[in-house]
This record gives sequence, structure tokens and C-alpha cells, in this order.
Amino acid sequence: MTSDVPRGVDAPPDLVQLLTPEGERVEHPDYDIELTTEEVRSLYRDLVLVRRVDLEAVALQRQGELGLWASLLGQEAAQIGSGRALAATDMAFPTYREHGVAWCRDVDPVKLLGMFRGVNHGGWDPADHNFHLYTIVIGSQTLHAVGYAMGVQRDGADAATIVYFGDGASAQGDVNEAFIWASVFNAPVVFFCQNNQWAISQPMERQTKIPLYRRASGFGFPGVRVDGNDVFACLAVTRKALRNAREGQGPTLIEAYTYRMGAHTTSDDPTRYRLADELEAWKLKDPIERVKAYLFKNQLADQEFFDKIDEEADALGKDVRARCLAMPDPKPEAIFQHVYAEPHALMDEEREQYLTYLAGFEGGGER
Amino acid sequence: MTTLTLGKALNEGMRRAMESDPKVLVMGEDVGKLGGVFRVTDGLQKDFGEDRVIDTPLAESGIIGTAIGLAMRGYRPICEIQFDGFVFPAADQIITQLAKMPLRSLGALKLPVVVRIPCGGGIGAVEHHSESPEAYFTHTGGLRVVACSNPVDAYTMIQDAVRSDDPIIFFEPKRRYWDKADIDLAAPGLPLDRARVVRPGRDVTLVAYGPMVKTCLEAAAAAEDDGRDLEVVDLRSLNPLDMGVLEESVRRTGRCVVVHEAPIFTGLGAEVAARVSERCFYHLESPVLRVGGFSTPYPPSRLEEYYLPDLDRVLEAVDRAFAY
Ligand SMILES: Cc1ncc(C[n+]2csc(CCOP(=O)(O)OP(=O)(O)O)c2C)c(N)n1
Ligand SMILES: [Mg+2]
Repeated sequence: MTSDVPRGVDAPPDLVQLLTPEGERVEHPDYDIELTTEEVRSLYRDLVLVRRVDLEAVALQRQGELGLWASLLGQEAAQIGSGRALAATDMAFPTYREHGVAWCRDVDPVKLLGMFRGVNHGGWDPADHNFHLYTIVIGSQTLHAVGYAMGVQRDGADAATIVYFGDGASAQGDVNEAFIWASVFNAPVVFFCQNNQWAISQPMERQTKIPLYRRASGFGFPGVRVDGNDVFACLAVTRKALRNAREGQGPTLIEAYTYRMGAHTTSDDPTRYRLADELEAWKLKDPIERVKAYLFKNQLADQEFFDKIDEEADALGKDVRARCLAMPDPKPEAIFQHVYAEPHALMDEEREQYLTYLAGFEGGGER
Repeated sequence: MTTLTLGKALNEGMRRAMESDPKVLVMGEDVGKLGGVFRVTDGLQKDFGEDRVIDTPLAESGIIGTAIGLAMRGYRPICEIQFDGFVFPAADQIITQLAKMPLRSLGALKLPVVVRIPCGGGIGAVEHHSESPEAYFTHTGGLRVVACSNPVDAYTMIQDAVRSDDPIIFFEPKRRYWDKADIDLAAPGLPLDRARVVRPGRDVTLVAYGPMVKTCLEAAAAAEDDGRDLEVVDLRSLNPLDMGVLEESVRRTGRCVVVHEAPIFTGLGAEVAARVSERCFYHLESPVLRVGGFSTPYPPSRLEEYYLPDLDRVLEAVDRAFAY
């Protein structure tokens, strides 16, 4: 099978790129971006900090503090670029890996840990930061995003919706239905597919025979493939797609061509199905290194700047760790909370019975 | 005798099924090179090739829908659903098509499709990875539903399921995948639709299946200290139910407690309780009692030890049965 050859290492055709892996700015006829030095430095900071949060979460899982973690390693630029393209009023629908997008939406990283630690199933109000709950069932959220966008459309609001999904998800019925809905209703939605080459052990070729971005044309809307490790290009392409959506031009499919540099999750062992060479080749395209090279080469930042960000990242990592460890375990009665909005006789009955049962143990419930 | 884990026993059973019938296929997400996320299909693709062990695109409705078509061509697909919570995208194909197509053909069409589903909680997983969806399927005419509880049964039940001409939903207790037992690989198993008394006893019949059988055996061992002799019945088949074994047992013990991880409310225990009450009414010393999950979504993992029935919850129900 094709998984015996390193995949995606040669840049595919039609790739929108504004910053090469070596940190050179390049022009693109359809997309360009003017960034101030401050903006570039700020993007760099985002990239480094989310990678640091992610590393800390992996470590916390290894030490038994989280049950699981889905690492974003390698996908920082796709997430920060697209996340920074969002306006405050835009709505984002993530999978379970969008920690970088959450960061851009000002969601406290510790909130992301709750589900993986097993203290809740999500734990935030989507309206607080216009960032929906993580969705584990592959592809479901694409339909929610389209429906949300249809609501935005009916309200006449000046906002767009973005929905994240993976290359694997592109095979799901829900995702294809979402494309159809978005298309026929001209919904103000951006489909942001992070093609990280893998769906657990399955290479992208098991989900599609044509480049994913070209699926869009069959559904009747534009598709574009962007270098997912290029934060400038991801920002520019997403900005344009969001603007088009807000202006009534309907959906766009963005395929961010990137690479899952880590295991699928902390439960996964990628040595069983992919070559180490592939990872090595993709390391040369690291999304953070190229921004650093660009800043350095153009003398937009000095060593002190980089050192300071590393310090900030370490402090953030420590803070995330401390607050993760301090997260209280939920009480057993939480099992019955928020199941229904209205009073519910069966819930009341089961809760009462169970709490009485627990109270019968020594220590009054804590077993 | 060979010592195998439950996961390996399933693997060995599928291997034998594939060896003895070239029409047997394995299909699902990550079942090939990876051997499935629980490694239950480990090595099968290497030995039987990619035509017979199919890594599918990521789409559960597609897995079952295409398995139906393959079955129409004479194949016998074993479909793996990666986790219990992900069978729902396939529910349409299972309930509206797989279960009903044979009848619509007046019996001409046979759909020997096995749908393997790792089920239940207790492994500290995130949402959708700890469900017990059996009642959705036992409520659907046209499907046989079975659950294995131990390596010995797993080995023969999977082979019997593949041989059956009916569609079968095959539940595997994921937290028991690593339990070990000695297996005589040549010994035939109990027929697929039969229940088994796994521990004889005089005082109460505990009825369980899948992951809860072990819990009930532990409860029975603990009850010995209180001088109570509990019988444990492993249903094995959830649809149909083996009423013969159940009736015989409850008539002897006069008390019955049904245990499952799934919510009690309209769960399989309700069916067992109603049937046992109807058939053993004059032999019962107490109502049939149920121990199970709450009627809530499965909780986050830090609460699952509260949610899941355990030895204490089973014994508390036994106490209540004696209190009548
Ligand atoms: C409906 C459904 N089926 C199966 C799974 C198990 N599963 C979790 S992640 C995953 C692969 C997803 O791949 P992709 O869409 O490419 O996203 P990535 O994990 O690479 O970010 C699978 C099969 C699931 N969560 N939901
Ligand atoms: Mg992927």
C-alpha cells in the first residue's frame, strides 16, 4: 500500500504558500498579506505558546494526569493562521485537536484539559468565546456549523462560521451532507480541512482519490489548498474565505496541507504503520522554524525576543500544569446534573436513590 | 490447552473462520496494518491479504452498507466498529436495511454479516468510548444480538457468529480484552443462542452478560462470606433470550437480580424481569430486581466508578431481594 512511501513530502501542486520552509517570503497572484513586524512577532508567539501547552498536556498524560491527549504538533500554523483570521463575531466549530484555534479564541487552555482528564465532557459555554465544544464523533460538527451559519444568514448578521475537520472525516456522510447544505443554501461557512495525511493508521489515499480541495467543485463552491505549515498563507486564505462568506458569497473549502507530527493520540503507536523517514522529512517544514528564520533573516527580532518567548512558554506550561493538578474531581451527583433543562422525574428518582445508597457507606458517599 | 486473552481469542477465532471459509472478510477502520485500536485483528491482514482484511474509509454507514452488498455476493463480512459510540452513524444501515432485507426477499436473501462492537466502560476513556448500546439492537427484529464475557466463549462465539446466516451484533467487553483463560482450541462451544450457568448456587440467580459477568462472579464469591450462595447466569445471547436456562434457575433459587452496565430504564433487564416474573411468578420470593447504569449520558471517566455497577451495588440488590 502507499503507506510504505513517505507521503506529502514534495509540495503538491496548487499549493498556496507565502512563506517557504526556509523562511523566504513568496508572492501569490490571488493571495497576499501585509503584516506588520508586530503582527509577525505575535504570530510567532502564538505558535510557540500553543506548542508548549500541547507538550505539557502530553507530559501530563504520560504522568497519568490526563486519560488521553490529541496532540496538535505540526499543525500549529494551520490553527493559528486560521484562528487569527477570525473576527470576534465569527463562530468556530472544532474537532478534538483544535487547541491552537481555542487559543486564538481566548479559551483558557486549562479548560481544554477537562475532557481529557475526565472531569467533564466539554466544560464551556460555546457562546462565551464563539468557540463550540470539542466534537469527538468524526464529522458531526460540520452539519452543526452549516446550521449555525444558516441562522447567521437569517439574522442578517455580519459574521461567518468556520468548521474544522480532518482528512479522515472527509469520508463521512455527515461531511458530504454538510457540503450539500452549505452549497444549496449559500451558507456563510468556511470548511477548514486539516489534511494531516493520516486518520489514525489510514493514509489520506484511503479517503480520497482526488486532492481534497477539489471535492468542493463537485458540490458547487470554491476549494483551495494552502500550505498548512505556513501561518501567513493560512491567515491570508482563511481571511479571504471568511470575508467572502460574510459578503454573501457562500462557502469555501480550505484544505490545509500539513502533517500530524505526533501520534494520533497518546494511545496510538504510529511506528506500526508509518515510516520514521516521513516524519524526518516533514520536520524540515516545521511551521514554527520558518517564521523564526523569517524574523531572523529580516532582522525583525533578536535573540532576546526569542528567549523571552521561550521563558513565557515555560511559565505558561508550569501554570497549565499547576492548574490541571488543582482541578477538582467532580462529585457523584454531577452525573445527574445538566442532563435536562427542565425538571425530570426519572432523574430526580435516580439521583435521590443513588445519593441515599452512597450515604450508607462509611464516610458518607466518598468511596 | 492454549492460554489466550479475550482479544487474542477473538483474533484466533476469526483466523480459523477465515481459514475454513475463503468468503469470510474482515473490514473496518484501522483493522489492517494497525490490527485495530485494540489489536483484535492483529496480523490478519498480513496473513490473509488486503482483499480479505479491508481497511475502510472513515465512514461507519459505508462499512455496514457495503458489507450488505458483499454479503449479497456470497461474502461473509465481519465488520469492526471501532468503539460503541461510533455505531450510530451505521444505525440506519443496520436497522433499516441489514435487519429487514432478508424478510423482504421472503427469505431468499441471507445476510451473514457480523458487526463486532467493543462495548462498555471502565477503561477511563473520553466520551462515546464507553457506551452500552445493546438495547437499541435487541429492540430491532431481524438482528441476533450476542455478548461474550470470557476468552473461551469469545473464541467459539465469533466462529459461530460467522457461520450463522443471520446478521449478528456481536458485543465484546472492552475492559475484559486482556483477561486470560486456558482454551481448548478443538473443543466446540455452547450454541450461540444458549445461556450458561457459570456458577451454580441456591439462593439468588444473578443474570448478566458481557463485562458484568465477571463482576457478578466476584459478588458471588464475596457473598459466600455472608453464607449466601449465588448462582450466576451468563446470557451470552441477548436476542433471543434462552428462557429455558433462566426459568430453571429462578425456579430453584426463587430470587433474581439482573445486572448490566446499560441504563436500567427500558434496558434489557426490564425484558428479563418481565419474562421471569411471568414465567416463574409462583416460585418468586421477591420481585426481580435490576442493577445497572443511570438514565444519563455516560459520565466523564473520573465518575465512571460511581456509574458502573460494582460488587457493592450487586450485593446491595441481593440484600434487597432477601428483605422481601
Ligand atoms: C464516527 C467516528 N468513527 C470513528 C472514530 C474514531 N476515530 C477517532 S479519530 C479518527 C481518525 C480521524 O482522522 P481525521 O479526520 O483525519 O482527523 P485527525 O485525527 O487526523 O485530526 C477515528 C477513526 C470517531 N471518533 N468517530
Ligand atoms: Mg487526519
